[in-house]
Amino acid sequence: MTARSIRGAAAATLATVLALTAAACSQPGGPAGGSGSGAADSAVVGIAYEPDSLSPLLGYGKDGNSKIFDGLLALDAGMKLRPALATALPEVRDHGLTYTYRLRKGVKFSDGEPFGAKDVVFTYRTILDEKTNNASRTELDAVKSVEAEGDDTVVFRLKYPYAPFAQRTVLPIAPEHIAGKQDVNTGDFTTRPIGTGPYLLTQWSKGEKLSFRANPGYWGGEPKVKKFTMAIIKDDDVRATRLRAGELDGAILPPNLAKGFTDGTRTYAATTYDYRTVTLPTHNAVAGDTAVRRALDVAVDRKAMVDSILNGEGRPAYGPVPTDSEWFTKGTERTHDLAAAKKILDDAGWKPGKDGIRTRNGVRAAFPLWYLTGDKLRQDHALAYASDARKAGIDITTEAGTWEVIEPRMKQDAVLAGGGSPADPDFDQYTLLKSSLAGDGFNNMAWYDNKAVDKALEAGRRSGDGAARKAAYDTVQRELMKNPGYTFLTHIDHLYVVKDRFGPLTTQVEPHDHGLASGPWWNVEDWTPKK
Amino acid sequence: MNHRLPWGQMGRMAGRRVLLAVPVLAAVTFGVFAVAAASPFDPVKAYAGTAGLTASQENLDQLRANLGVDRPLVSRWWDWLGSALGGDLGDSTVMRQPVADVIGERLGWSVLLATAAFAVAVLLGTGLGVLAARRPGRLLDRCVSAAAYTLEAAPAFWLGLLAIWFFALELGLLPAGGLTDAASDTVTLGQVAGHLELPAAVLGISQLPWFFLYVRQGVADALGEDPVRGARARGLSERTVLLGHALRSGMLPMLTLIGSRVPELITGALLVETVFSWPGIAAATVQAATSVDFPLLAALTVLATVAVVLGNLLSDLLYALADPRVGFDG
Repeated sequence: MTARSIRGAAAATLATVLALTAAACSQPGGPAGGSGSGAADSAVVGIAYEPDSLSPLLGYGKDGNSKIFDGLLALDAGMKLRPALATALPEVRDHGLTYTYRLRKGVKFSDGEPFGAKDVVFTYRTILDEKTNNASRTELDAVKSVEAEGDDTVVFRLKYPYAPFAQRTVLPIAPEHIAGKQDVNTGDFTTRPIGTGPYLLTQWSKGEKLSFRANPGYWGGEPKVKKFTMAIIKDDDVRATRLRAGELDGAILPPNLAKGFTDGTRTYAATTYDYRTVTLPTHNAVAGDTAVRRALDVAVDRKAMVDSILNGEGRPAYGPVPTDSEWFTKGTERTHDLAAAKKILDDAGWKPGKDGIRTRNGVRAAFPLWYLTGDKLRQDHALAYASDARKAGIDITTEAGTWEVIEPRMKQDAVLAGGGSPADPDFDQYTLLKSSLAGDGFNNMAWYDNKAVDKALEAGRRSGDGAARKAAYDTVQRELMKNPGYTFLTHIDHLYVVKDRFGPLTTQVEPHDHGLASGPWWNVEDWTPKK
Repeated sequence: MNHRLPWGQMGRMAGRRVLLAVPVLAAVTFGVFAVAAASPFDPVKAYAGTAGLTASQENLDQLRANLGVDRPLVSRWWDWLGSALGGDLGDSTVMRQPVADVIGERLGWSVLLATAAFAVAVLLGTGLGVLAARRPGRLLDRCVSAAAYTLEAAPAFWLGLLAIWFFALELGLLPAGGLTDAASDTVTLGQVAGHLELPAAVLGISQLPWFFLYVRQGVADALGEDPVRGARARGLSERTVLLGHALRSGMLPMLTLIGSRVPELITGALLVETVFSWPGIAAATVQAATSVDFPLLAALTVLATVAVVLGNLLSDLLYALADPRVGFDG
């Protein structure tokens, strides 16, 4: 044994390891075009969430703006439906039970195969198939059957009249000739999608970024932004830094970080349906009491929460519908009035004890309030709520936990919850307030039970008439004022900073769950960047 | 003097180790299934994500049946073992992809990061250790030893955040994360090298104290032993004494360390990858664990176990080569 032989062995080992490494280091995404950082027709944006899958069959892009795909319909900047793969809005017949869509002709998938009625039927039938692992299937619960009539007409038949059904058909259409030939849950299509949309996926480096290039054959005209990249950067500070360094052209940022950007950028505040609310469980002796609910509803200082927690980027919430929506019922705003809250509790027999906490018939006015561990925004809301409640003599203990801890307690304990879906009032309110959905998964977490609300919710989803629907949702909002089973706190604006050269952009009204479909880049295919 | 390597003995040792690894792997995978089954996380909720918050209970129950997570532990493990031996690692539910694809896309980048970091730790640790041992108690020794003890207590992710803050935010010298610049679609050597520096340095430096302290101690001890004094008495140059005599005998404990640091390196790599958005197996591992994704979790555990077994084998082989008294009996 000599030093040389050891060195030889070490070198051989090292060489083997390096060779293995080099062999394993192929590019994760597959073939790709050249890099064009800073080019006029490219855009790079930073987002915080990464999709689990890019297959519409598993729920990707179900609310529209999927980039790679198109739905039968799409939502415009004003959240109005417009035709996409359909040539017009659907014909509704049989008292709202039959929806007929005529399809656009000459549309091709990006692999050159023609799009037709069979693809629409395949997409909806696959989602409705119970073997498909799609967690959003309930949203299409109303569908009884979907059938093709010829090559360019699709007819949906519903189990019950469901007025917002057309809003659901923004769901992206998958190609049967590709997705139909593989395992729907784990096939190649979930990571290498083919669609009819304005962009083609060039690369998905998981945990790092999604890269797109313009679809030259797009039926709506080839997008002017030829190269579009979404970098997945979970940390807010790192995202802000990479935007400032010029690596990104735009990013979603929290208010405190967005403030720092002025020169050469524009900040867009998207209004949302994204609410934070406190569930007041019907089965809790204190939180289930109508007087306590009404007292909390006026004891809470929503304006202060917007100013201090959200830095003014949001608005007070009085129900799931934000105050600037056409569906909002004027006159259901609640003013912060501590004296009124105390009077409600006094009148109902809740008397203050020595420590300032009220009791009635030996029941102390106290209950726990859970928030999701690590969610700073919910924590801040929970603490502010508990502090406001204490001033009225109600003792709320805030506790942090994961959903695994919180879920079994939801029937008795209050939870700081979030949600919100802008497309139709039915989407939020039915699952949040319908008494028959109490305790069904995360639906109706407070086990809210109000006959008048149940009736109005049914009327709202069944009636095809706009005025009748408005009246129904007015009823819901007024009932929520009389018996607030949830204390709605705020609607939160989402802030985006984008470089000036992309010109003035628009934002849609955004939902709670804002992945890559939201932000000023909801319509990146229509952007016209300056040189 | 024999210049040839004893391939036959080395091969027999490797063979024995491989045979021993079989029951270890079986036990480890069963352990993973058992721990995952006892985990408080719900695989269905993890799969559904935010959609699960509005899904109906019926929808969630159907998902549970489809994913097969309601089946008993032992039969799931047995089925998995059967198909894994046949070459089918199964499908990852949370990634919506076959497990082989999930690992194939990511493993190379993790191996690259770990190898670079290991090289940094071994080379820098050995070099500094020899220098410190040459003049124990002097300035260099005191500084580096103090730094080593501090670093040993510092978690790798904390070092990573500190490095991002200093090199990426304050100095703007190195990229803060990713494999390439966000706008670049092609993975070029230059881009990867630039983006590799910071994570590899952080991971390497977090492992460095161990190597440094072992080499420093080993070489310092060896310098006081007879062969070294003999070599000095014969008038050999200080360089030959230090590298040829003291380092060779002082390095023996470090060779053992190479094997035993592999698990630490893997866990360190997981943390560092997360901090630097490195597209390796870390994110997949964390997601597999929190979503109780049995097939992915089992495959990743097998990989880690194999890495540890190989690390130990490598260090034993090197040890036997460096010190013939030890032999290839293990």
